[in-house]
Amino acid sequence: MASLELGAEIADPSQIDAPYGAEAPLNKPQRRFRWGRGAILIVTAAYFVVPFYAGMEYSLQRPTGGFSLTPLSQIASAPGFASALWLSTQLAVITMVVVMALMVPTVIYVHLRLPRFRRVMEVITILPIIIPPIAYSVGVLESAPQWLRNSQYLLAIVYVILAMPYVYRSLDAGLGALDVKTLVEASRSLGSSWLMTIWRVLVPNLRAALMSASVLTLALVFGEFTIANVDNWQTIPVWIYLAPTDNPRINTLVAMIALLATAVVLILIVSLDRSQSRNSRRSA
Amino acid sequence: MTSVTDVSTPVGADVHTLSGAPVVFDNLTRRFGATTALDRFSLNIAPGELVALLGPSGCGKTTALRVLAGFERPDSGRILVDEKDVSTVAAQHRNMGMVFQSYSLFPNMNARDNVAFGLHIRHQRSSQRRAKAAELLDLVGLGEHVSKYPHQLSGGQQQRVALARALAIEPRVLLLDEPLSALDAKVRAELRDQIRAIQQRLAITTVFVTHDQEEAMSMADRVCVMSRGHLEQVATPAVLYSQPATPFVGQFVGVSSRISVTRRGDHVEILGREVKIRGDLSAVPTGELEALVRPEDLDVAVNPTGLGVITHRSFLGATTRVGVGVAGANLRADVRSSLADDLDVGTRVDVSVNARDVLVAASQPAS
Amino acid sequence: MTVQSDPHSATSLDVASRDTKGTSRTTGALVRKIRTGAPVVPFLVYVILVLGVPTGTIVAFAFRSNTGRFTWSNIHTILGTTAQTLEFRTGFENSLKLAVVTAVIPGVLGTIIAYAISTSEHPAFKRITAATSGVLAQFGGVNLAFMFIATLAATNGLVTKWLAAIGLDPWNHGFDLYKFWGVAFVYMYFQIPLMVLIITPAFAGLRPAWREAAEGLGASRWRFWRHVGIPVLTPAILGSMFLLFGSGFSAYATAEALTGGTISITPIQIGSILQGNVIAGEQNIAYALAFAMIVILLVSVVIYVLLRRRTSRWLL
Repeated sequence: MASLELGAEIADPSQIDAPYGAEAPLNKPQRRFRWGRGAILIVTAAYFVVPFYAGMEYSLQRPTGGFSLTPLSQIASAPGFASALWLSTQLAVITMVVVMALMVPTVIYVHLRLPRFRRVMEVITILPIIIPPIAYSVGVLESAPQWLRNSQYLLAIVYVILAMPYVYRSLDAGLGALDVKTLVEASRSLGSSWLMTIWRVLVPNLRAALMSASVLTLALVFGEFTIANVDNWQTIPVWIYLAPTDNPRINTLVAMIALLATAVVLILIVSLDRSQSRNSRRSA
Repeated sequence: MTSVTDVSTPVGADVHTLSGAPVVFDNLTRRFGATTALDRFSLNIAPGELVALLGPSGCGKTTALRVLAGFERPDSGRILVDEKDVSTVAAQHRNMGMVFQSYSLFPNMNARDNVAFGLHIRHQRSSQRRAKAAELLDLVGLGEHVSKYPHQLSGGQQQRVALARALAIEPRVLLLDEPLSALDAKVRAELRDQIRAIQQRLAITTVFVTHDQEEAMSMADRVCVMSRGHLEQVATPAVLYSQPATPFVGQFVGVSSRISVTRRGDHVEILGREVKIRGDLSAVPTGELEALVRPEDLDVAVNPTGLGVITHRSFLGATTRVGVGVAGANLRADVRSSLADDLDVGTRVDVSVNARDVLVAASQPAS
Repeated sequence: MTVQSDPHSATSLDVASRDTKGTSRTTGALVRKIRTGAPVVPFLVYVILVLGVPTGTIVAFAFRSNTGRFTWSNIHTILGTTAQTLEFRTGFENSLKLAVVTAVIPGVLGTIIAYAISTSEHPAFKRITAATSGVLAQFGGVNLAFMFIATLAATNGLVTKWLAAIGLDPWNHGFDLYKFWGVAFVYMYFQIPLMVLIITPAFAGLRPAWREAAEGLGASRWRFWRHVGIPVLTPAILGSMFLLFGSGFSAYATAEALTGGTISITPIQIGSILQGNVIAGEQNIAYALAFAMIVILLVSVVIYVLLRRRTSRWLL
């Protein structure tokens, strides 16, 4: 529909400013603005890409010069790597399951029935971003019961809290783009139970939100150092920092790969799932 | 459709000052990729006139308004305001007041500052701005709400502030882009009358975009029906209703039944009666034809051996609308409610046409 | 159950819902309230147990002496009033400075980037930058430190070599990756994406109709931004900066890995006390430092919430 496309065009302020007649001298500010934006994005991209490239180069460089991919094959056999990977994977799975089980029903319910509680949720889920991890890790160890303190799964329990900001924001945005109330009422009036409604109607519509929340949780578990270190468990980040390997380049390489893998997976998810974004644009 | 008659006041007849400017859309074309939003669109608007652009979504009415406002650039064609070509003038220099569909008030300013914004831009003195803003807020009936912020105002109040803001700059043309569509029915009807009253009092040339035909018919001096980027018909509401120029207008404005007919010279035969073809005979297509008949142009009478059967009835107040199945077609006819008692569903009836002339169109597959 | 022996309690629910006057009405309302609130209880309990209790423990320990009694002395110590304890005071000063620098600069840059992204015509570009911001915002700690060491270490860093080749070796011009400005520079790697992540919705809330309305009323681009755009966004930008402040103030792993614990900021001091690099028995000082950090962070959260409340009123 023409009116829809119109909306998309207007969303770009530089177009609104476009003066009439291509020959008009007023065209200049638009050009300058485009250049300015390009320059900003290039400098920013450089700041984010160059260190990454440097890390890659450092870890794949032969002492004699030139590059080799042998460090990649050495990762698996590096002492301690396998057990660190296994621990981090376990923690990631547990954290994801628990945080989803806790947050999905709660956030849906709040959207439907307790809109006033959204404010509270928003504040609560901001706290983990700013709480000093070093202080928090000690607080957790001091207050946890003995049996839990000796368990590696204590980390998963704590990571659930740390993942909340990202999971909440993802779900909140996903639900905001849906007309949850109407969907639920329609499903309920057709005779579906609550659980059925969540599972068959809401979760499929939240697919993109849930997937990006999972990937962010994964990234968190594979990147968190402070608490794991204080708690003395050798997860991947702790291993990267502490492990005595013959070749320190391998550690950097693992760090690079972890970052690259999460970024690629997340970008794939958002670019493959086009339906979701189109829906949200139309409803906006 | 019932309120058509009350908008027959001649343009600007009872107004002393004529501040509005004439507006001409001259052969405008605007494409968005593959879709043509405006297709050689031309329209003349007289000073002080309120013209409604009416049509289904995607018909180009919003694009026409935005081209006039200066937010869209036409691919070809001109816009004349006050006989001057403004096609290359930037929106900010066109001096047109615009009211948007919704939520266009600046959220960081109260009602007064919103209304005074355009005057601020024009470097008017603060005291002058405040006085003018207060006066305009009075005009739209919000004199007591000058210091309220948009989020403290209802939807209807927000749109009235937006109207006052658009009027504050004493625009040459007032542009209304579906300003009532986000409001509920009661507020919409109130605001409709209020906008019309203010527009007539100030005699300001106004272009009003809507997809609601009742709104267009009740407010506008003339209604311009558009479809697929071009103008179908522009006429007063009464003419538009009684003499649609094209089959599209006949279908889109009001209710019509389509009846298969055969042509005999300048007449067609409908339900056993010869009726004159309306309009230009050379424009009548060849092949299968259908006549478009308004419900009030059909007479229904009980007859146990009649060809028609009542298929449904709905009470509309003074009239009752009945569906009549005749020869495979389902026609809609209006009957005075006091005479409709016998017309139960299943009753056999005679149907006849009582119009002087009818609009004829090429036959369409049943929809 | 004991409740069953009391007929009034057993039927109190029914009574409350039928009776419309007196105290039972408020009881009914309360019951309803509890019922509506029940589904969020698991979430709240989890947060209280796993986030609230540890935080409370820190606060309690901050006021505990080595013998387990209540004392103010820990707090006195960290305020750095004596020569031996001056380091804590310096630590706070450095931490605050670091937090402010890494809130303001990434805050401004993140806003500009978010604006540039939000005006892009390519929806795919928007989605990809949003996803990347999500990943980078929580990329920190050891991995990040290693990456920057490979980039900017003296002599061998990749960019150091590039710059040295054109005679601009940053280490010869006062730059030190392992000191304050080096750490601040590295922090931006997660602070800028965090800003982009939290400020982008505000730009999405900036309605095209505002811009068009302003333009129709005769305002230029600059005047639109001056009178409408910037005032409308200011609470959101400031609020987000307070969040960045909190994130920069509490970050630990990155600075620890980068400087090996040599930079004098509060989180590092807490870490080194707790990991036994300092005389035993000083643990409670660490809790007092943590408590002070929490107080400062709570203030910044409150300001964030207040500014956000205003933003959501305007932009939603």
